[in-house]
Amino acid sequence: MGAVTDATGTRRRTVAQPLVSRILRVTGPLVEMEYTGGIAMYDLVSIGPAGLPGEVVAITGDVVTVQAYEYTGGLAPGQTALPRGRPLSVRLGPGLLGGIFDGLLRPLSRAGDWLLPGAQQAVAEAPSWFFSPSVAQGEQVAEGQALGEVRDAGPVPVKVLVPPGCRGTVEGIADAGDHPRDVPVAVVGGTEVTVSALWPVRRPRPVRERVDSHEALSTGQRVIDLLFPVARGSTVAVPGGFGTGKTVLLQQIAKWCDADVIVYVGCGERGNEMADVITELSELQDPRTGGRLADRTVTIANTSNMPMMAREASIYTGVTVAEYFRDMGLDVVVIADSTSRWAEALREFASRTGALPAEEGYPAGLASAIAAFYERAAAVTTLGGDRGSVTVIGAVSPPGGDMTEPVTAHTERFVRCLWSLDRDLAYARHYPAVSWAGSFSRDVPVLAAGHRAAGDPAWSGRRDRVGAVLAEADRLADLVDLIGIAALPPRERISVLAGRLVREGVLQQSALSERDAYCGPEKTAALADAFLAVADRCRELVDSGISASSVEEVDFGPLLRAREDTGPHDAAGVAARRNAMLAGLGEMRP
Amino acid sequence: MSPADEIEYTKVRGLRGPLAIVEGVSGIGWDEYVRITLASGERRHGVVLDADRDLAVVQVLEGTAGMDPEGIRAAFSGSPLRVPVGTDWLGRVCNGRGEPLDGGPPVLGSHTAEVGGAPINPVRREPPSEPVLTGVGAVDVLTTLVRGQKLPVFSVAGLPHLELAAQIAAQATAAGEAFSVVFAGMGLTHADASFVRDALEERSAAGELVLLLNTADDPVIERILTPRIALTVAENLAFNEGRHVLVVMTDMTTYAEALREVSAARGEIPARRAYPGYLYSDLASLYERCGRIKGRPGSVTVLPVLTMPAGDITHPVPDLTGYITEGQIVLSPETHARGAYPPLDALSSLSRLMRKGAGPGRTRDDHLHVAAQLLAALAHARQVRDLADLVGQAALSPTDRRYLDFEEAFLRDFADQRSDEPRELDTSLERGWQALLTLPRSQLSMLPAQLLDAHGAKEFDAPDVREAP
Repeated sequence: MGAVTDATGTRRRTVAQPLVSRILRVTGPLVEMEYTGGIAMYDLVSIGPAGLPGEVVAITGDVVTVQAYEYTGGLAPGQTALPRGRPLSVRLGPGLLGGIFDGLLRPLSRAGDWLLPGAQQAVAEAPSWFFSPSVAQGEQVAEGQALGEVRDAGPVPVKVLVPPGCRGTVEGIADAGDHPRDVPVAVVGGTEVTVSALWPVRRPRPVRERVDSHEALSTGQRVIDLLFPVARGSTVAVPGGFGTGKTVLLQQIAKWCDADVIVYVGCGERGNEMADVITELSELQDPRTGGRLADRTVTIANTSNMPMMAREASIYTGVTVAEYFRDMGLDVVVIADSTSRWAEALREFASRTGALPAEEGYPAGLASAIAAFYERAAAVTTLGGDRGSVTVIGAVSPPGGDMTEPVTAHTERFVRCLWSLDRDLAYARHYPAVSWAGSFSRDVPVLAAGHRAAGDPAWSGRRDRVGAVLAEADRLADLVDLIGIAALPPRERISVLAGRLVREGVLQQSALSERDAYCGPEKTAALADAFLAVADRCRELVDSGISASSVEEVDFGPLLRAREDTGPHDAAGVAARRNAMLAGLGEMRP
Repeated sequence: MSPADEIEYTKVRGLRGPLAIVEGVSGIGWDEYVRITLASGERRHGVVLDADRDLAVVQVLEGTAGMDPEGIRAAFSGSPLRVPVGTDWLGRVCNGRGEPLDGGPPVLGSHTAEVGGAPINPVRREPPSEPVLTGVGAVDVLTTLVRGQKLPVFSVAGLPHLELAAQIAAQATAAGEAFSVVFAGMGLTHADASFVRDALEERSAAGELVLLLNTADDPVIERILTPRIALTVAENLAFNEGRHVLVVMTDMTTYAEALREVSAARGEIPARRAYPGYLYSDLASLYERCGRIKGRPGSVTVLPVLTMPAGDITHPVPDLTGYITEGQIVLSPETHARGAYPPLDALSSLSRLMRKGAGPGRTRDDHLHVAAQLLAALAHARQVRDLADLVGQAALSPTDRRYLDFEEAFLRDFADQRSDEPRELDTSLERGWQALLTLPRSQLSMLPAQLLDAHGAKEFDAPDVREAP
C-alpha cells in the first residue's frame, strides 16, 4: 500500500500483503473463504477469477465470511479470493461532479450496455488534472487546509486539502499545470498528497466541530420552504407510497435547491427514471451559476435490478462523497431514493448470514444503522476552519402505505424533518402531495431565530398563520361532509374557503410548469401574504353583512393563477394581483 | 453446454423437500444448472442453491417425489442456466422450461444467453418516447403504453384479464416496425392455456409470437424460470435482432407464490405475508429488463398481469409491483358488472410515461388533451353519481345531469369494445370526442378552442325540455 492510502488515515498494517485465500462456500452473495492472515473486518476482497468486489463481514475461527457486491453465479469453492488489505473505499477527487457512478463509485459512463459482474474493474480513470497551487514551499499547513485547486468540469472548484492527521511544513509543491492522478502534487510533513485519494465509505470524515445551523436550505418548493423548512446540515425523511410523487419531489429539490453540490443516490429505483434524471440534469441550466445543473451534481445510480449488495454500500458512498465536498467549505445535499431499498438489502444479507431477525425479518441493528446514517448529516466547521454542511434527504417507501412498518417508524424518530406524502392528496392531483397534518419540521425554532436575525421577523408569524388556516379548514371539512357547507355560520364558511385558496394558490406547485417549478423565497412569502390578506378581507366582508355564498362565488382565478402567471422571483407581480383582488373585494356591497 | 463436458456425480447424501444434497463434488459453482437422471432413466433439472466445500445443495425443479438416493446421476453444466436465443423462437409454443409443446424439434439458436440476464447500464438507457398501440381503445387513449415501458395490469379473480392480455398480445403494433410478442403464462389452467393458444394462433402463424406456457400442474419451481426465459429471448429479439418486443407475463401473483414456496423450502426468514424479503429485488430483476438502449434498434416493453388477492392493492405483489413499474392498468369488478369490456377503472389507471409517448408527433395532436378531459369529466361524473344517489337525479342541475349522460356514453361508446376487435387510435379518439360532446362546451375547459370548434362543441343554451323537472 502506498502513501495514498496512508494519507487517508487508514490504519497501517504491520503484516505484509495478505495471502491469497480459497473460497470454501458460495450461497448467493454470501461467500466463505479461508483465513490466511492479514484480514480485518470490513476489508475489501476480490473474489474469484472475475475479481468480484466483496467485504468481510465476519471472521470465525479460520473461516472468513464475505458479502459479495455482485452476482456470484458460477463462483465455486476452490477458486481463489484476494484480500485487499483495506476497507471498502472510494476514490475522492476531481471528476466526480457531472459524473454518473454505480454504488461503489465506479463510473458507469465508461461501462458497456450491460453491467456484467466484475467487468467494470478494468475501467481506467482520466489521466491527469490541471492543478494550481495556493501555498508555497516552506509554509506551515495544518490538516484540512487547502494546498491548491483542480480545474474540474463544472463551475465548482475542487480543492486539494491537507489530509486528516497530517500537518507540518510544505516540503514540496507542484507548479501550476497538468498532473497525473497518482503523482503527488505536494509533500507535507513527509506525507505525499495526490489530487485524489481513497477514503473508506463507512467511516465519517473528521471535522473540527459540529455547529448549529440557523440558515434554511431553500428548496424552491413552497409547501416546504413555507411550512416545513429544513436547515442546512439537517435531516429529512420523505415517506410516501407508490404514485404519491416522491421521486418527482426529490428531483425538483435536486434541481432547484440552493446547495453548492447535490449527491443524488438512486438506490434501488427505476432504470427509466434514472435515465430521465440524467438526461434532464444535463439539459437544465443552473439558475445560480449559468452552467449545467449536472455539473454541480454527482449521480450514484444503483437501479433496482443492479446488484442488491452494492445498494447497501451506495448510501454510504453517497454520503462520503458529500463529506468530501463539505470539507472544501461547501453546502452539500444528499438525496437518497429510497432508503427502504437499502434497508431491504440489510435484511436480505442478515437473513443469509442467519442473523436473528427482529421486526418483519429486518436485523435487530436496523434502527441503529438508520440512526448512524442520518447522523452523518451536519453543519460543521471543517478541519481547515471553513463552514460546510451535509443535508440528508432520504425517501422512504412504506410497503402498502403502512406507516407503522419498521423502516418508516424508525426513520421518523431520527430525522429532524418529515415530509409525509399523502395518497389522497396525490389522488386529488394536489402536488406536491406533502401532507400538512402529517409532516413536521423540528428546525422551525432555529430558523425563525435565523430569519429574525436576518431582518425578517414576519417569517414565523406567516408560517403559523398559514398552518392555522389549514388546520381550521381541515377541522371544518369533516363537519361539512356531515351537514353540508350551507349549514355553517358565515365566518366558518370563509375559513373553509380560505383553506381551499391556500391549498390551491400556495401549496400546490406544478413541476411541469416553467414558471411554477421553482419559487423564490420572496415570491413564496408574497403568495402566502396575498392569500392571508384576501382571507382577512373576506372575513371582514361577511362580518359587514355580505352573504358568505356571494363571497364564495367571487372569481379568485386571477390570484390562484398568480403562481403560474408570474416569474419565479416576481413578488411584485404577486403583490399587484393581490391588490387588484383586494380592490375587487372592497367593491362588494351587501 | 454439451453433456459430454459435464461431470456426473452419483453420491447423494440426502433428500429433503425439493432439495437434493450431492456429496464429493468439486469446482461446482453457485446457481449452476444441473441435469439429474434417476435410476429409471427419468430426467429432472435443478439449480445449485449452496456450494459448500464438497457439497452441493441442489434444488430439484420437478420436486423430489419418487427420487431414491441410489442410482441418481447429477450432471453439472458448469454455468447458470443458459438458453439458446434467436429468431428460431418465433412461431414456437413451448412449456415453461422452453421445451417444445408444438411437436416441433427443440429450439436451437446460433448462441446461448444466461437466463438471469444482466442489468442494463442506466447511463446507456434511452428514455422511452414512442407508443405501442394495443388496439384496445381505452388503453391506447387513457394509458398509452410506451416502448420500453413496464405497465402492469392489476386485476381481481373473475375479471377478463387473460382475455385483455391475449387481446393486447394479438393486436399490438409499433407503427409498422418489426414487432414481436413473447407471451409467458405461469400457472395457467389447461383451459386458459388452450384459450391463449387459440387467441394467438394467427400471430403465431405469422411468426411474430413466442408462447411459453407453464400450466397449473407443471412443477411449481419451473414457474420461476418461465419469465426469465421469456425475457432472455425477448432481449435478444429486441437488442440484437432490432425488433420491438412486447413481453406479456401472466399471472405474476402465481409467480410470486412459487417464489414463496421455494423460499420456504430453503428455510429463509419470511417477510410480509411470508413472501421472501427479496421479493422486491426479484420482481425488479424481471420488470427492469424492459427498456431501450442507446445506439441499438428495438425495445422491450413489459406487460405483467397480476390478480390482487381479495382485491387488495396493498398486498405485497401489487404493492411492490407498483413501486417498480411505470403506472398501472386497473380493472374493476364494478365496471365489469356494468357489462363493459375491458372493465378498466380509468381513474385508478395511469401510464407514467404517457406524456413521453403520446401527443404531437407521436400519436395525434389532440391525444393528451382528450385523455385529460375524459378523465377530468369522468372524475366529476363519479361525484355527480354519488350525489345523485343521495339527493335523487331530479335535484341535480342540468349540467350535472349531462355528466351522467357523459358517463353512460363513455362506457358505451368509448370504453366498451369486443375482445376480438382491433380499434384504430383515430377511431378511439373520435369515440372519445363523441362522449365529450355530450357535455356543454363550457365544461370542456381542458380542450383548446380550435379543437372544440373543429369538433363543433356547443353550449346547449336552449333549456333541454327532456330534462326539465
